[in-house]
Amino acid sequence: MKEEIIIAGFGGQGVLSMGKILAYSGIMQNQEVTWMPSYGPEMRGGTANVTVILSDKKISSPILSNFDTAIILNQQSLDKFESQVKSGGLLIYDPNGITRHPVRKDITVCTIDAVDISANLGNSKAYNMVVLGAFLKKKPIVTLENVIKGLKKSIPERHHSLIPMNEKAISIGMEKVNDINKI
Amino acid sequence: MAEHILMKGNEAIAISAIRNGCDGYFGYPITPQSEVMETLMEEKPWETTGMVVLQAESETSSINMLYGGASCGKKVMTSSSSPGLSLMCEGLSYLAGAELPCVVVNVVRGGPGLGTIQPGQGDYFQACKGGGHGDYKMVVLAPSSAQEMYDFVDLGFDLAFKYLNPVLILADGVVGQMMEKVELKPMKPRWSDEFIKSTFKWATTGKTPDRKQNVITSLALDAAVHERLNHKLQLKYKQMQQEDVRFETFMCDDAEHVIVAYGCMARICENTVELARAEGIKLGLLRPITLFPFPTEEINRLVPQLKTMMSVELSAGQMVEDVRLAVNGRVPVNFFGRLGGIVPSPEEVFEAFKKEIK
Amino acid sequence: MDLKDIIKPENRVYAKTPVLTENVMHYCPGCSHGTVHKIIAEVIEEMGIQEKTIGISPVGCSVFAYNYVDIDWQQAAHGRAPAVATATKRLFPDKYVFTYQGDGDLASIGTAEIMHACNRGENIVVIFINNAIYGMTGGQMAPTTLIGMKTSTSPYGRSEELHGNPLKITELIAQLDGTCFVTRQSVQTAAAARKTKRAIRKAFENSGQSKGTSFVEVVSACNSGWKLSPVKANEWMVENMFPQYPLGDIKDR
Repeated sequence: MKEEIIIAGFGGQGVLSMGKILAYSGIMQNQEVTWMPSYGPEMRGGTANVTVILSDKKISSPILSNFDTAIILNQQSLDKFESQVKSGGLLIYDPNGITRHPVRKDITVCTIDAVDISANLGNSKAYNMVVLGAFLKKKPIVTLENVIKGLKKSIPERHHSLIPMNEKAISIGMEKVNDINKI
Repeated sequence: MAEHILMKGNEAIAISAIRNGCDGYFGYPITPQSEVMETLMEEKPWETTGMVVLQAESETSSINMLYGGASCGKKVMTSSSSPGLSLMCEGLSYLAGAELPCVVVNVVRGGPGLGTIQPGQGDYFQACKGGGHGDYKMVVLAPSSAQEMYDFVDLGFDLAFKYLNPVLILADGVVGQMMEKVELKPMKPRWSDEFIKSTFKWATTGKTPDRKQNVITSLALDAAVHERLNHKLQLKYKQMQQEDVRFETFMCDDAEHVIVAYGCMARICENTVELARAEGIKLGLLRPITLFPFPTEEINRLVPQLKTMMSVELSAGQMVEDVRLAVNGRVPVNFFGRLGGIVPSPEEVFEAFKKEIK
Repeated sequence: MDLKDIIKPENRVYAKTPVLTENVMHYCPGCSHGTVHKIIAEVIEEMGIQEKTIGISPVGCSVFAYNYVDIDWQQAAHGRAPAVATATKRLFPDKYVFTYQGDGDLASIGTAEIMHACNRGENIVVIFINNAIYGMTGGQMAPTTLIGMKTSTSPYGRSEELHGNPLKITELIAQLDGTCFVTRQSVQTAAAARKTKRAIRKAFENSGQSKGTSFVEVVSACNSGWKLSPVKANEWMVENMFPQYPLGDIKDR
């Protein structure tokens, strides 16, 4: 198994931490992982993206130009990364604020209304976990049990009381993911 | 089972320092390596191992703090990124001249000048060819993973004390910022003052009646004395070349072409090798782990079976000069580099390679 | 006749401290360095801290201080002694660590290092020799060179317009919360030397009590650099240097 993922959106949407939780989940099931962020001033409200690779074997390049999955949370990122999804791959995006939607027919395209869902949950910070749930529904590369373990590892102990809420957000995300284009 | 933690290369440097008996870290914030000091301050090792952590007023100051700490026989280190290393070059020359051990990490970004905070490898010359004044060398380790960032702190101290010389870990923005699984090796305690006193007879541990005063200096105004001192340094650098060359090869056994790349570019070029092999091109990869001493002998050994070599760097062509010196005109040595903080993909490197061998 | 026959123990009124080595000092006759070295060595002997004292020598004439004071020394890069001392003291907290710096070293190239070490309140002693000139390199202008004073890089005299003003760094240092004792002394007479010795002793005692940074400036003569005889140099110092750099404690807490 090898899954190459790009997660991209605005700074503050939890892009980097979603990638970190995913990477930690991989470690929990003894996989090799890399997490390579864009870094720098982009952190302050600009675009943020992270390349996450999970693999059963040693990972060489942490920087890629093509991905198995693109998880897209804003228009700029959709414009940039749609073409970089491998044929037969997966693109998940939040349609909130998107005016130019994906056009490719050779990849699976799904939406997740994570802004609305997390608002209904009463916790906008659960946003990225809703998106993660949607992804895991489409590609169950890590078990929910290992995601919870990964969560425990990647968030400070003083915030562990938030884990049940995150778990709930993941399962709602799994439920609410919509297929737009199936291949 | 050993504990595996997901961490950035920069965090691995900090955690490794604490776990490998480092006595003191002195640094100044600069992107993309600030996580090193941030992690150390967060971990508060002064409450556990007794390690000192101090934010200095400048890189000039932090490297001179290493001079003081190293003079005491303590395991001291700093980290910075390119512009900071430029400020440290004075201190590095003094440390080398006074034969003091220390570990310095450079998480390289793009230059010259303030440049960019994105990854670069344009400090190869500064690291391997001097940087500071005078005839000195440092052992230069080039990690390409978070695990190596962790491991090379310990290895760096071993080599620094073996040679009584600064060791430079030449990383890059990718290796510093990337998170990977890191195995935490068993902890090494800090050395006791008694151990330091009895082992490092040269250290300024306080003059006792049973010995002469210890003086740490790089000054020798007598020409003959100073030449002897220089010859002694040169012998040490020769010994490094004989005993501590480190490298890794990937698919080189039957290779007709070999890419030479270090740090993050070696990781990327490993994928390039796989792309080439899929097209039936016999490409291999040589990854220098020590940039000084350079794996000249391994290149010598490979040249007879090769048609071309190519150096791939995030620079305008620096390591390629050492490759060419080693190859000495026997086969063409090509070069591919990106600048400005742009990191090429494996495919881009492959295209550049194919263009060169046409 | 042997030396022993001349100096009978019962008649002895003075002996060189064993903390001073037997080496003949390279300083010019009339230079203040030798006196200050002797004072430091005596204080170290009297406090019984030879095994616990580490000196940091600068770049300048006193780069060779290690040849004369018999303790462990680190010779620092130009101006960086306070940084070197910072790490040494923090890694050996039970040691007495002092820097010995001239005006070019401390007040010009090393201004950042001295300010920040003092501001952090490092428990070190700073001995600052201010002779208003670069002695070792042949008499160039220093940050503390007086207005009108001729040096090889101010051959027509220091001018405010061209070179800027003499730097009263000790007054600046006294402003920093990290310093506990800041004083300006001199050694041109026996009485002045005795006062300087009391100040240096106090500085070392402060360090032992972790009270913060102690800073002792010694306004000094560089008769060679000033191109005066030793006696004239001392007179010139009293007349010209002291008004600009008045003696006394600036801070003591």
